[in-house]
Amino acid sequence: MGTRARPSRAACLVVSALLGAAAAGACTGGTDQGTLTPLRAVGANELRTPGDFASIEDETERSRALFVEAARVLTHPRCINCHPNGDVPHQRDSMELHDPPVLRGPDDHGVVGMECTSCHQDRNQPHTRVPGAPKWAVAPIEMAWVGKSLAHICEQLKDRNRNGGKTLGEIVEHNTHDPLVAWGWDPGAGRQPAPGTQKQFGALFQAWMDTGAECPKEEER
Amino acid sequence: MSIKLRVNGVERTLDVDPEMPLLWAIRDVLGLTGTKYGCGEALCGACTVHLDGQPVRACVTPVRRAGGHAVTTIEGLSPDGKHPLQQAWIELGVPQCGYCQAGQLMTAAALLKAKPSPSDEEIDQSMAGNLCRCGTYTRIRAGIRKAAGGKP
Repeated sequence: MGTRARPSRAACLVVSALLGAAAAGACTGGTDQGTLTPLRAVGANELRTPGDFASIEDETERSRALFVEAARVLTHPRCINCHPNGDVPHQRDSMELHDPPVLRGPDDHGVVGMECTSCHQDRNQPHTRVPGAPKWAVAPIEMAWVGKSLAHICEQLKDRNRNGGKTLGEIVEHNTHDPLVAWGWDPGAGRQPAPGTQKQFGALFQAWMDTGAECPKEEER
Repeated sequence: MSIKLRVNGVERTLDVDPEMPLLWAIRDVLGLTGTKYGCGEALCGACTVHLDGQPVRACVTPVRRAGGHAVTTIEGLSPDGKHPLQQAWIELGVPQCGYCQAGQLMTAAALLKAKPSPSDEEIDQSMAGNLCRCGTYTRIRAGIRKAAGGKP
């Protein structure tokens, strides 16, 4: 199942980052590749901590692996659904297009009559199940994540021309404390939250920054 | 909890649960029944009112959000029922059963205020959240065109 496969996939990405694509089979095929210590197994709703990556001695590779782990949040439907690679956000775990039909509009807050805040409030609405948080909006198109590689997403996050003018430290702060980001772990109405906690997510980004903010290679997805 | 808001130009003070949907406050507390309950989940647009000029779905908007702000309902769209859209609606026979039309008009009014001469595409994009079971969409579009001063 997809949800159970996530941890092993993340672990595989780390192994392939260490040894190159040829070693990726070691994750799934069980071939003996020597002395690598597998990452701690976690459930689909958990995140590894930065300490779990201490066994990766090469700092560049450790940084890449930390990003791959943090990207389990970035690419979770609660987060990526509003980073569409087009004009219409997604919804639900199946990432279907938003219903009612809405558009990002000129400022990523919808078109007149169909603004995000025509329906979405500053918090979840339990009785009507309409999700909400402060600053509800579609991510700008330059921050599109749907259909993009982890390498692309990583480079975008580091590019001040495409990340809202933020320094790396500001990105870490944003991911750790922003109330709209926080919604990913408190989505309401029985929706599946992003894995781990926002604090853990922020710690992964901090560790990623501290290890050089290296980006995964293009083939790592 | 006491919540002060301006409804159709009149200052009102409501002693209600702040989480009460604005639609309940409008209809059941203030007795303004022109705004309709449709789906209750912001999926049909029948309950659309203006909050400081912006269309919102009153069924999912807690009344606390309107505290200190101006709400306009269909009753307040014009003092005499002669908003250009209302006149076009009558001339073209836009309403059929009429249930959704208050919401349609409130969204259309916000559209024309922001874009006095909208294209057909812009009309469709802005009106996409207002459903009509009678299927009056072509008449709604014609009514908006007419109210904008163009050909229906």
